[in-house]
Amino acid sequence: MATTTYTPPGGVFNSLHNAWVGIKKIPPVYPVFFLIFIVLGFLNPVKYQSMNGIMTFLRTGAPLAVLAVGQMFVLASGGFDLTVGAIVTFVVLVSSKLLANDPANAFPAIMIMLGSGVLIGLVNGLVVSYLKVPSFITTLGMMLLVRGAALYYVGGAPQGYLTENWRAFGRNFFENVPVFGRVPYALLVLIGVAILSYFLFNRTNFGKQILAIGDNVRASQLSGVRVRLVRVITFIFCAVLAIIGGILFGGFGGVNVTIGEGLEMQSIAACVVGGVLLGGGKGSVLNVIFGAFTLQAIVNLLNLLGLPKPYTDVVQGLIIIGAVAYVGLSSQRKR
Amino acid sequence: MIEADEKNTAENILVTEPLMEVLNISKRFPGVVALDDVSLQFLPGEVHAIVGENGAGKSTLMKIVAGAYTPDAGEVYLSGNKVSFAHPVEAQQKGISIIYQEFNLLPERTVAHNIFLGRESSKMGTLDVRKMNKDAVEVLKDLGVDKMISPTSQVSSLSVAEQQLLEIAKAISFKAKVLIMDEPTAALTYTEVDLLVNLIDRLKQKGMAIIFISHRLKEVFDIAEKITVLKDGKLIKTVIKKDVTPADVVFLMVGRALDHYFPPLGSVEEFGDVVLRVENASNQILKDINFELRKGEVLGVAGLQGSGRTELAQSLFGVMPFKSGKMELHGKAIAVKTPSRAIKNRMGFVTEDRKSEGLTPRQPIRDNILLTVRSVRPLLGLIFKDGVGSSRKLVPMLGQQVDIRTDSFDRETQFLSGGNQQKVVLAKWLASDADVFIFDEPTRGIDVESKAGIHDMIRALTKKGTAVLMISSELPEIIGMSDRVLVMADHRIAGELPARSSEQEIMLMATGHTNDKTAEKTVTVEEE
Amino acid sequence: MTTIAASDSWFKRTTRSIHIPPVYFFLIFTFLVSGLLDQIYSDGQIFSNPAIMLNIIVRSVALGIVAVGQTLVILGASIDLSVAFTISITAVMSSYLMQGDTAKVPMAILAVFGIGLVIGLANGLTITKLKVNPFIATLGVSLIIKGIINATFSNYTGSVPKSFEFFGYGTIGLLPVSIIILLLVYIAGWFLLARTKFGAHLYGVGGNSEVARLSGVRTDRVLIGAHIICSMTAVLAGIFLVSQMRSGAPWVGPNGLYDLNSIATAVIGGTALSGGKGGVWGTLAGVLIFGILDTTFNQLGINPYLKMVLRGAIIVLAVASYTLRSKKEAA
Repeated sequence: MATTTYTPPGGVFNSLHNAWVGIKKIPPVYPVFFLIFIVLGFLNPVKYQSMNGIMTFLRTGAPLAVLAVGQMFVLASGGFDLTVGAIVTFVVLVSSKLLANDPANAFPAIMIMLGSGVLIGLVNGLVVSYLKVPSFITTLGMMLLVRGAALYYVGGAPQGYLTENWRAFGRNFFENVPVFGRVPYALLVLIGVAILSYFLFNRTNFGKQILAIGDNVRASQLSGVRVRLVRVITFIFCAVLAIIGGILFGGFGGVNVTIGEGLEMQSIAACVVGGVLLGGGKGSVLNVIFGAFTLQAIVNLLNLLGLPKPYTDVVQGLIIIGAVAYVGLSSQRKR
Repeated sequence: MIEADEKNTAENILVTEPLMEVLNISKRFPGVVALDDVSLQFLPGEVHAIVGENGAGKSTLMKIVAGAYTPDAGEVYLSGNKVSFAHPVEAQQKGISIIYQEFNLLPERTVAHNIFLGRESSKMGTLDVRKMNKDAVEVLKDLGVDKMISPTSQVSSLSVAEQQLLEIAKAISFKAKVLIMDEPTAALTYTEVDLLVNLIDRLKQKGMAIIFISHRLKEVFDIAEKITVLKDGKLIKTVIKKDVTPADVVFLMVGRALDHYFPPLGSVEEFGDVVLRVENASNQILKDINFELRKGEVLGVAGLQGSGRTELAQSLFGVMPFKSGKMELHGKAIAVKTPSRAIKNRMGFVTEDRKSEGLTPRQPIRDNILLTVRSVRPLLGLIFKDGVGSSRKLVPMLGQQVDIRTDSFDRETQFLSGGNQQKVVLAKWLASDADVFIFDEPTRGIDVESKAGIHDMIRALTKKGTAVLMISSELPEIIGMSDRVLVMADHRIAGELPARSSEQEIMLMATGHTNDKTAEKTVTVEEE
Repeated sequence: MTTIAASDSWFKRTTRSIHIPPVYFFLIFTFLVSGLLDQIYSDGQIFSNPAIMLNIIVRSVALGIVAVGQTLVILGASIDLSVAFTISITAVMSSYLMQGDTAKVPMAILAVFGIGLVIGLANGLTITKLKVNPFIATLGVSLIIKGIINATFSNYTGSVPKSFEFFGYGTIGLLPVSIIILLLVYIAGWFLLARTKFGAHLYGVGGNSEVARLSGVRTDRVLIGAHIICSMTAVLAGIFLVSQMRSGAPWVGPNGLYDLNSIATAVIGGTALSGGKGGVWGTLAGVLIFGILDTTFNQLGINPYLKMVLRGAIIVLAVASYTLRSKKEAA
């Protein structure tokens, strides 16, 4: 007999018990997010209790969510990608020069950016897989390289502004949408990214092999997984998503030399809050997106409470440590 | 009652003073009773073996005695005094030393540093390296190995046997009265086992009580005087070796007689065409490998440790590919450069260490089983929850075939028992439709009852026409399972022997290339 | 392997057991190649001007000091990414507290070492008690420090009294004070590792923390100790820098890439990222290699942003030169 049978106690107690078991299974990121959002709604009903306000919030949070999804692929395979922040800086600075203030250049500029993303991801992946440098150090070094390359290209300062059409992705809304009112382009980009990522991660051999590698590299190798190939592709995917995130960030915030700073840590934090294990082997696209939204909500909350920007850095550092510690300690208790 | 004198030796059968005694020891872990009211005595100058299936409680009991765990109930007495330990160091200081299967050594440090880690000698606040080295020499002399091992050698430069000796030296340096060894012979070759046995004799002369845990009944019967059988945390019986046979012990361990340890060998009619042929294959480690493997047969691979058996498996499977020579599978010449290629050619590799090399622990059973199938399909290939299209039924079917005991295939494999885990690994290779299986130590670390199950499964595979290459360090397993035996030595194939060859013949061939005098000595001893 | 009898004289034992870390050959190689490039493309000062050579060492002092601390931490199988901001906060706080007044110097020094202690403690406790991955823990702590710095200071603050500049610029005889300090720090580091129980235990904790624990080593304490020492070296480096700059600015640490560089120099020097293997003298060679490269870049007049690109590449390749040899798959 392959299964054991469990006879549950009957009645109301039974259904309550089942409900509690179900509730315990909900990833903590959701209750945390909704709690914070409700507090926000309480403090500023105009912004956070209106459909308009919610859509605006989603527009702000979408770029980080895109970054987080890409990061998740790398984290699930057992690595880290610290270049994503520098990639955002790269996108914004280099595009400012490529566009040459001419909207007609938007499409080619975006194509060039996507190509650069593939290149950066490729280098990351190759160094980690073939030169065997730990991903933390590889991407830390590449972060420097990418930022340096961007600054070199624009000679230290932005060379133009980002054209209207280029910024549309991050900034504009679809107007007069039934039920929702205005829907940000960024949200649609995020949804597109999310669907594609969910599909890749949960419904292809690729995704399962990522998890296997993150869980046990040796066993994966011996089971025929092409570890190096899969790793390289995850880094490419992450870098390309960072490029897309960069376009959204740039669209929303305009040109700014420091725009990418700290985003790599935020993307990792979003993943951790979304339940991704830093050693690899687990991941969920939706959870990670809400992890990003949670971080955004926290930043908004702190701003609302009057805390200046530097303190948000402090809070973020504490959140990252706290979230990782919480996950780490609670999984230890399970054993 | 004969009163024991200061220096007890094994000759005194009736000794009154046990050196160590455990009384009514119980220990629970969440959901499992590890030990249930176990009481035992350990006499000085005696070798006492603890045997039992996996989960019987042997390791737990030893860990309690050595101070790594605290019992929920019961007491431990040393030389008549009650003792309790909060930390292994305390046990060590009182004279109870334990040597684990995985060596507790620091490979990058010197012998002296390893022996005295945590209690280094100091002079005026700084490390007194000279004294440490001198003291290390004394310790090694005690064991008679000071000529073999130097205190300033780096541990990574020592052989496996030397490292084990170092472990023992470390234990002795704590003036151990009780020495506990967990599977001491697992990593040793036959000649090295002899060295160990001699050492144990020396320690017995000093009046130490030696306890060891083992799955290898042959060694137990070679070395121990008393044998204690544990089962499900309870003490079944303590017997005197002279009065019992291995079959008796096995009966006590499993509660029923295993009428045959091994399934019957294949018969010539069942062996089909040659499915794998290797000619003059070599790489950076192996030289001139030549052999054939036929459908339906079990080809055993024997040899001393370091003779190249695992490397052979790795080379065949593409982990460490051959650099020259020819390999033919199903009559077609192929080059297996990666595991992926091997799998595509319907080879399977059940590795020695299933936990670190066979499973992805945090993934569900289902994903583990389907990993080989998915790895050779296109990256963007679609999957559904229960498996790829036609593979939907695959997981439940395979699970039943290998008899995995679980309530759900979504359970993470890390929560399964060792035996079940091995079955998942087997199912994984069945899923990939392999018809050439390489097994590397298929029953290492598995309890007696599950061992038989795995042997049956291997034979069942061959009945279906699968070809099996089986590497094993346990000669009884080689002799019991192989239709033919390949013997390796010095990274070459030393020769081939027919079924039912004797241990002696196999060992002769395995040591034939060395001029090792001790090897010869071993052979002479066997003849007695 | 040459066996050394325990009864040999101290001199014989020490000289025979000194093996030169292979990185020193790489150092000589780098020096020659750089000098050559300098001859060809610039004014060849590297070979001809002894002051330049001295300068190479002097510019490396800050990194050199911090690299010792980082080596210790890496030996313990951990890592410290907070050193850059520790240096920053030291520079800013010490300058702010001194206010150009010699009388205030001791108080300021005490204060910043106190801050270093707190940071090291925070790192160590987070890693050992909260069981957070060292990369994340120290990165998180550095974020917190960054936030604190930015919340309180935004530009050059305070000033360093002229007398204090002795630390950074003074000479004793012909030798700059800075080099003397550098050597002292390295000798102290070596002594700690080779001749104290702490050092022996640290190697144990980094090599195999379970083994160390079972041998009675208080692994948590050892690791926390290593992190505290590392933060202290960062503080020392910060003090040194501020004595040269006369006033502290918040960007001192990150701009100098002290986090990445200290890790890279330790790894090139032969200290394994996995812990338990390596030492400070190799790190010194790594530091000098980076110093030579830096000077060469300057001599060749390379664009500062291109320098960033090159530095990033060199760091990765430097670590790669060691990891390439291992057979395990990296993560």
